[in-house]
Amino acid sequence: MSQKQKIINNFSVRIATANGTGSQSANNTLFKALFRMGVCASAKNLFPSNIKGLPTWYQIRTSQKGYTAMNRGAEVNVLVNKDTYKKDYEESKENSVVIYDSNIMSESDFHRDDITHYPLPLTKLASTHFEKPRLRVLLKNIIYLGAICELFKLDQEVTEQVIKDSFSHKPKVVESNLSALRIGVDYVKQNIIKKDPYYYEKENDSKNKNKIVIEGNAACALGSVYGGCTVVGWYPITPSSSLAESFISYCEKYRVSQDGEHRYAIVQAEDEMASLGIVVGAGWAGARAMTATSGPGIALMTEITGLAYYAEVPVVIFDVQRVGPSTGLPTRTQQSDLTMIANLGHGDTKQIMLFPKCPKECFELSAQAFDIAEELQTPVFVISDLDLGMNQWPSDDFDYPLHPYNRGKVLRKEDLAEMDTFRRYFSGDESHGIPSRTLPGTDHPLASYFTRGSGHDEDARYTEDPDAYRRNMMRLLKKFQEAYRVLPKPVIEGNKKAKIGIIGVGSTYDAIREARDYLSEAGIKTKYLRPKSFPFHPEVKEFIDSCDKVLVVDLNRDAQLKELIQVNIPNSEPKLRSFAYSDGMPLSALYLTRKAKELLNV
Amino acid sequence: MSNTAQPVKTEETNRIGLTKKDYKGLPSTMCPGCGHNSISEGILTAFYELGVSPYQVAKMSGIGCSSKTPAYFLHSSHGFNAVHGRMPSVATGAALANRNLIVLGVSGDGDSASIGIGQMIHSMRRNTKMIYIVENNGTYGLTKGQFSATADVGSTDHYGLPNDQSALDLPMLAIISGCKFVARGFSGDRKQMLALLKAAIHHDGLAFLDIMSPCVTFNDHPGSTKSYEYVKAHDEKLHEIDFIEEKTEINVEFEEGTYRDVSLHDGSIMRLKKLDRDYDPSSKLQALGVLQEAFDKKEVVTGLIYYDKNSVDQAEALKLPQVPLHEYGAKELRPSKEALTEFLKSFK
Ligand SMILES: Cc1ncc(C[n+]2csc(CCOP(=O)(O)OP(=O)(O)O)c2C)c(N)n1
Ligand code: SF4
Ligand SMILES: [Mg+2]
Repeated sequence: MSQKQKIINNFSVRIATANGTGSQSANNTLFKALFRMGVCASAKNLFPSNIKGLPTWYQIRTSQKGYTAMNRGAEVNVLVNKDTYKKDYEESKENSVVIYDSNIMSESDFHRDDITHYPLPLTKLASTHFEKPRLRVLLKNIIYLGAICELFKLDQEVTEQVIKDSFSHKPKVVESNLSALRIGVDYVKQNIIKKDPYYYEKENDSKNKNKIVIEGNAACALGSVYGGCTVVGWYPITPSSSLAESFISYCEKYRVSQDGEHRYAIVQAEDEMASLGIVVGAGWAGARAMTATSGPGIALMTEITGLAYYAEVPVVIFDVQRVGPSTGLPTRTQQSDLTMIANLGHGDTKQIMLFPKCPKECFELSAQAFDIAEELQTPVFVISDLDLGMNQWPSDDFDYPLHPYNRGKVLRKEDLAEMDTFRRYFSGDESHGIPSRTLPGTDHPLASYFTRGSGHDEDARYTEDPDAYRRNMMRLLKKFQEAYRVLPKPVIEGNKKAKIGIIGVGSTYDAIREARDYLSEAGIKTKYLRPKSFPFHPEVKEFIDSCDKVLVVDLNRDAQLKELIQVNIPNSEPKLRSFAYSDGMPLSALYLTRKAKELLNV
Repeated sequence: MSNTAQPVKTEETNRIGLTKKDYKGLPSTMCPGCGHNSISEGILTAFYELGVSPYQVAKMSGIGCSSKTPAYFLHSSHGFNAVHGRMPSVATGAALANRNLIVLGVSGDGDSASIGIGQMIHSMRRNTKMIYIVENNGTYGLTKGQFSATADVGSTDHYGLPNDQSALDLPMLAIISGCKFVARGFSGDRKQMLALLKAAIHHDGLAFLDIMSPCVTFNDHPGSTKSYEYVKAHDEKLHEIDFIEEKTEINVEFEEGTYRDVSLHDGSIMRLKKLDRDYDPSSKLQALGVLQEAFDKKEVVTGLIYYDKNSVDQAEALKLPQVPLHEYGAKELRPSKEALTEFLKSFK
């Protein structure tokens, strides 16, 4: 192959390993090192629903233009998994680079002459240098990291510092990792002549200075801590478990008072119905409370969500979406719970959703969710997904929130002392349908009321009276319809005058942003509206009205976002075009671009 | 609950100056003669006599005739009629959010032994501080008389058809689920029920009361083993029981050696008068044995069945503060700016 022009910080590396072999640590180190070099990098961990032995892929994309969506296919493939290498190899992109473990894969399989091959005796290197079997398995990963380091000029000093920081309390681990890294580096130096054009290069230091690398779940957990959440009921489920687990660890750090009191209560419940039951009980009694789950858990929470809606209890529910059901593809991503949640509960129920697109928004919207829930006295769903929740993302630093908590309309003893009556489910004309509530334990004769589903009048008395039922339901509708006042506004990008619009929520942001650039390069001007909440702000309708055609981007088969728009914005349908695609992977910008041209007929 | 409680002074008002009327609720809509009404009356009497402020009480329930009853007592307490079988979790949330609440859970045998059996058991494992009452009538009253999971095999429904599934014994289940206060009462035995209720209110942890409560409309016929007549005839009392509050003058005197005192955390006492046998409620094995024997003979054991004085309630185990969590604001709950800077640094 002829020497081509150098390609710097603008390619993808895909590493194929098996889960349970410790490759995650090597892969994260690579990602962190790139981040510290000031490079724009994004990472996707494609892992199986399994603990040990099944294939996983880790893909790191670097982009000079700052793109962070996942590319299908990679310029560099590192094949370490014996079980998948043949297929991985055959599927490797044309003219790509393949690095493989020559001890466990047979050379004759690597037959393609468009590919640059770098055989590495990874298994042998690990076994000659390390004695313990477990170490051999683990450090083999660091050896390939060393090879990557030398082959593509990843800054070795930075990489070593990342290793030192990751194991700062374990000097022995640092030592063995550093020596494994150097084994990889040295092997390449002594045995391999570089024939490919790919290079990592340090960028201007300031590029990632005000950034961090974090998972959406950790950001949601921290947002909950800052947002004043004190009670959590949860049941483990991928991909939401790490949200609850991060919350636990942050509470241990930030919420234990000097005299050892815990200003938080976390219960790992027996199932999702109990999880949400705990949260509803706590919200009713005045604590800010949340649960974190995924689609299967949401399904189980349906009835209690309906109760919370009718009883008007503030709760926050995190849904980190995945492919369902339990034996679906639980470790793959999707935005497939939108229509389920929009009307979760039986009867006429309507739910509030927030859509963060990145860890910083995860932090901000999570904190805000508790204000919104208390202000509106209703469940608030923070909608994330596996891609956003569990992958490491470069994110802008989080800003310290300064505003006070908005606890909503809670009447204390002092307030009641000034009142003649307390009507739990009555709201005046100016109240946007939001009534006042009291908390159990309030020491006043007016305070008590009886909480139940929809069968009650303004004074919380049981009734089956048709008028009372209807009045209550219409007030709830008003509360929902006017909720946008306190919900975050949509973000609009692009030229106002463009006649082609794109709408998408959450983590499709990265692919849409990139695809818009490609469309623009092809002479197609677009503007882009990203709702941060549901029900939609009036701006969404105005946006659609100002366009000739609007492409709605859905990471699901059935165009769920489009359906929500269609149902909630009357007469919008004729302008809407649907890009609805899901195969479990994050959205690809190239595919979106191609399909967008077709769908928009441009 | 205050330790400075004084005995009832006059007949009209209790120690906090409230009349019995202050503990009543809306008129009951239960069928006349329903056991649940007697339990409601027992509950309000227990709170009245103990002088508990109704403002401190949170009445939690699931779904069923039984679960409707919290509307019929303690009108000045907050109440929460949740969904079927989920009372225990909602009660858990309330109990954690505000440790000062006296959480009273009212459920039925359908609500707790069928749809909510998981929640019942797990709330016992957690030892949530609450009084957990099952108003047990062996049937689904509100859906008109289907068998519940506590109906004895072979007993008949109101059409005369026999039940072919084996019954669950709730106290037995409670004991093996880790519950530390397990009792059974009978809506027809007011004195015993009152003593058990008062002790339950004073217990630090989950106090489970399985109260036989005949459904006069659907399960009071001769083929039923949950009818008033049947329970009365097969009531195997373990002891006679009195509840004696701390610092209360003891007005029930038994002869030395004829009773056994069981002390609660706050110094109040359950005085158990021996009947046929010397029953020791601290023995799990004896409790399970007695229950199994009675179960086989289709008898109804009543009294304080099991009590473990080493009870640490969930809020205590979680090291929660005494103040309700809603009293904390951003000042207490939001970590500092420095903490955020430090946090961000660790993700660089
Ligand atoms: C999810 C759900 N399933 C079924 C019902 C219907 N339902 C209402 S009450 C009840 C049984 C109540 O029995 P129990 O708890 O014993 O109360 P009782 O009426 O006997 O006091 C059932 C099945 C319901 N409300 N919710
Ligand atoms: S149906 Fe049975 S349980 Fe329900 S109120 Fe009537 S008697 Fe009581
Ligand atoms: Mg029943």
